[in-house]
Amino acid sequence: MSDTALLIKNVDKFYGPIDHGVHAVRNISMDIRKGEIIALLGSSGCGKTSTLRMVAGFEAVSRGTISLKGREVHTLPPVRRNVAMAFEGYSLYPPLTVKENIAFALKSSRLSQSVVEEKVAYIARLLEIEDILHRYPSSISGGQQQRASLGRALIRDADLHLLDEPMGQLEPQLRAVLRGRIKHYIKERGLTAILVTHDQTEANALADRIAVMEGGELQQYDTPQKIKERPANLFTGTFVGEPPMNVFEAEISGDDDRMVFALNGDVRLEYRTADFQPDVRKALLQRRRVVVGIRPYSVRRVANGVPARVAVNQWLGDQTHIAADFAGGTMVLVEHDRADLALGETIGIRLDPDSLHVFDAASGAAVSHGRELA
Amino acid sequence: METTSPLERIFRFVALSLVVLFFMFPIVWIFLMSFQTNETILTIPPTIVFSPTLSNYAALITGKLTTSAGTLDIAFMRNLMNSVFLSVTSVALSLVLGVPAAYAFARHKFRGSEDIAFTLLSFRFAPPLLVLLPLTQYFQWLGLSDTYVGLIWVYQLICLPLILWIVRGYFEDISADVEYAYRIAGHSWFATFRKIALPLAGPGIAAAGLLAFIFAWNNFVFALVLASADKQPVTVGALAFVTSSGIQYGQIAAAIVLSVTPTLALALYAQRYLVEGLSLGAVKG
Repeated sequence: MSDTALLIKNVDKFYGPIDHGVHAVRNISMDIRKGEIIALLGSSGCGKTSTLRMVAGFEAVSRGTISLKGREVHTLPPVRRNVAMAFEGYSLYPPLTVKENIAFALKSSRLSQSVVEEKVAYIARLLEIEDILHRYPSSISGGQQQRASLGRALIRDADLHLLDEPMGQLEPQLRAVLRGRIKHYIKERGLTAILVTHDQTEANALADRIAVMEGGELQQYDTPQKIKERPANLFTGTFVGEPPMNVFEAEISGDDDRMVFALNGDVRLEYRTADFQPDVRKALLQRRRVVVGIRPYSVRRVANGVPARVAVNQWLGDQTHIAADFAGGTMVLVEHDRADLALGETIGIRLDPDSLHVFDAASGAAVSHGRELA
Repeated sequence: METTSPLERIFRFVALSLVVLFFMFPIVWIFLMSFQTNETILTIPPTIVFSPTLSNYAALITGKLTTSAGTLDIAFMRNLMNSVFLSVTSVALSLVLGVPAAYAFARHKFRGSEDIAFTLLSFRFAPPLLVLLPLTQYFQWLGLSDTYVGLIWVYQLICLPLILWIVRGYFEDISADVEYAYRIAGHSWFATFRKIALPLAGPGIAAAGLLAFIFAWNNFVFALVLASADKQPVTVGALAFVTSSGIQYGQIAAAIVLSVTPTLALALYAQRYLVEGLSLGAVKG
C-alpha cells in the first residue's frame, strides 16, 4: 500500500441535501498508484468532473473518504492538499501575461527567479507556447489559453496533477504531438495524474488505467487493453471502441453438440459445443436471454456466412466502414482495404466464437468474452 | 463607416446637437443664472446679455446673504462639507460591508441567502416617507436623531443595496475556476478574495460606488427629517434660500453649481471606469 498515491473510498456526491439531492457520484472507490496516469472517461454529466473536483477540494464530499499519500484530505481546503489542476475553462488570470500565469503557480514554492525562468521556458517549449509568453490571455486563442493553463498545472511539483479535458481545444495534429510529450514529461518526473476526458483516443494514449464512468457510477477500472478486450458490462463494451461494438439481443439454446444463438428471433448463429468451455456453456445456458456484442473489426466477411444487406459502404482513407442490415438491426464491419460492394448487395457474415462478448440481458454484466468466462 | 452618406452624417450631427442642447440647457441656464442678480434673472423677457457678478458666490462662501430685508446667515459651505462627509463616509461604509457580502452572496449558496439578498434589495422598494415616521421615533429613543452616525446609518438604506446587488453581479461574472486555480496553487480564500476577486471586479465596484455616491449626495428627505441645520447636506440647506423677502434665485443657482461640481468631477473622472464597468462583463473567457 505504500505506493498508493490517491485512495478514493466509497465516495458519494449529492448536489443538494444528502440522499435527496442530485446523486452525481455514486459510491465510487478507486486507488491510484504513485507515478500512474489515470483517465476518467465518460460522457457529459457522468460524474467524472465532480469526482475530480472533490479530489481538488472544490466540491464537498457528501460521503466517503479521499486520502492522498496516506493522509485524509477530503475535509481539507484546496490550499492544503498539494494538488495541481488544469481547468477545462482554462481559468487564466486575466491581468497577467501567459508567462506570469505559469510562473504564478510556483509563487508559493519560493524558488529563485532564475529557476522559475528556467522551468517556465522548459514548459513553454514543451507546449509550444514560447512565442505567446508575453501576451495576455484575452489576446490569444482558446487552444493557446488551454496550453497555458496546462503549463500552469504541469509546472508544479504537486502530489497529484488533475487535468480536466486538458486538450479539448487543440488541433488534432498538435494534440497527438502533445499527448506524447506530456506523457513523457509526467513519467519522467514520476508525477501522478488524473485526466478527465470524453475522448477515448486520449484516454488510451495517455492513461495507464482507465476508469469508465456512467450515471455517477464507476463501470470499470482497468488497463486500456483489458477494457477493450474484457469489458465488464454492456455499457463499457459499447462506450469504448470506435466504431462502437455491434450488439444484438439473443436467445441461447443448446444440446450436446450445438450451441445456438437466435438473434432477434430471425437469425440463428450455430456453434459447436466444443467451441465453449463447459463453465462458459453452463453460464450461457443458464441465462438464455443475453445480449451478444461483437467489435466491428472482428466481424468476418465469408462466402457461406449469414446473409446481410449492405446499407453503407464508406472508405475513410485508411479503412472501410460497412454497415449492413442484419438480424433486424445494423452490423458494422471495419476492413483495412477498400471493399467493392454496391448498396443492397448481399454479403455473408461470420462471427467467430472467440470474438463474441456475451452480456446478461437484464443486468448488462459481462458473462463471457470469447471462450472464457468474464 | 464608409457606408454613411454626407446627408446621413449631417442628419446625425443635427440630431445629436438637439439631444445635447435639450439635456444641457437647464445646466447651462443655471450656470448663467449663478452670475446674475435676482433682478436680471426676473426680467421679462429673459435675456442672456447681462453683466456678470460674483456676488452670489461671495454670499455663499462668506455665509452672509444680503437681501432687501437685511442680512441673513446661511450655512451653505457647512452644508456642502456635510454633504461631502456624509456621502463619502456612507459609501465607504457601504463598500466595506457590501463588497464582502456581495462576494458571499455570489459565491456561496447558503440557506436563505436569496431571501437575505432580496430583503436587502427591498429596502429600495419602500417609499422613504413611509419608513421615516417609525425611523424618527426609533432614532429619538436611541439618541441617534441629529447625529452623523444616525444619518450615515440611514444612508446605508440607499447605498448598501445598490452596491450589494451591482457588485454581486460582477463577482458572479468572474469564473469561479479562476479563483479555484489561485486557491489550488496554495493560497487561502481570503488571499484569493483580495488578489483575484477584488481586482477583477474592480471596475464594477468603482461603478457601484460612484452610483451610490450620487444617490447619497442627492438624498433629501432623510436628511430633512433626521438632521438639524448644522448637520444638513446641501440638498436640504438649499431651502434656506427661500427667504421672507423672496426666493434668492441667483444664490440657488450658484449653490446648485457648487453642489453639482463634486459629483460631476467625480463622474467625469470615473467615466471610463463606469462605461467599462457597466457595459463589459468582468472577465472574458
